[in-house]
Amino acid sequence: MSTHAPADGTAAPNSPPPVAKTSTVKPAGTLYRGREGMWSWVAHRITGVLTFFFLFAHVLDTALVRVSPESYDKVIDTYKNPFVNLMEIGLVGAVLFHALNGLRIIAIDFWSKGPRLQRQMLWAIVVVWIVVMVPGAFFMFKHSFELLFGGK
Amino acid sequence: MSSMHSPIPPVIEAPRSAPGRPRRGRTNTEMYAWLFMRISGVVLVFLVLGHLFIMNILDGGVQRVNWAFVAGRWASPFWQVWDLLMLWLGMIHGANGLRTIINDYTRKDGTRLALKGLLYTATTITIALGTLVIFTFDPTLR
Repeated sequence: MSTHAPADGTAAPNSPPPVAKTSTVKPAGTLYRGREGMWSWVAHRITGVLTFFFLFAHVLDTALVRVSPESYDKVIDTYKNPFVNLMEIGLVGAVLFHALNGLRIIAIDFWSKGPRLQRQMLWAIVVVWIVVMVPGAFFMFKHSFELLFGGK
Repeated sequence: MSSMHSPIPPVIEAPRSAPGRPRRGRTNTEMYAWLFMRISGVVLVFLVLGHLFIMNILDGGVQRVNWAFVAGRWASPFWQVWDLLMLWLGMIHGANGLRTIINDYTRKDGTRLALKGLLYTATTITIALGTLVIFTFDPTLR
């Protein structure tokens, strides 16, 4: 029997039944727009661009090892303060999200169950991100914290 | 009962298929670019996260990084290959990502051409500079 046949027989034979009759869940409006799929895509772009631009600066500063030990140490010393330290934590957070979400994209593309589980996979990587970033940020900021607030 | 109304699968045009423009050549460059992003991505997950962990978290993190530290690492071919691979894969992966973004947001052909020209120039110079530094670095300089 046709799946489009209305149960009560009141609708016209060829018109689709109203959403309320096919689902008990309130319609979200759209599957992608404004939801996890779209926002993870936006975040993937932003973290990717930020990381790529950082790469230019990072290759340039590291190239100073070829100029002289003094010039390299002089530039690297300007990174050893709490402000740059915070930006480093931001960079690690951006790269970690990009890496985890990239693996999620690969799973969506190549794993047969990937597209169906894309939402759950996003929340899974968000949990992994938090679990890694909390101790990661702690160890990364430890020195700055001691510098700012005394410590030993 | 209503077998006459067999469902016809909806025809959806492939995204970014640019109806006016015929495909050039027989090779599918975009498919290889897509595949490269996934393969290099998996490799970079290990290379970059390993790099970030060693440099930012292990043994006091950035505080201990100086010329002598870099010299000690690049005395070993293992870290030279690691960094070289990370440089090439990271730069090409990033450049291809930015190429996609330029294609998505530029409207005029001139703007697109200029931005891509800038992107490819900056990428080539950065890869060349990084490669030169890794191969010509002298750890016994000091």
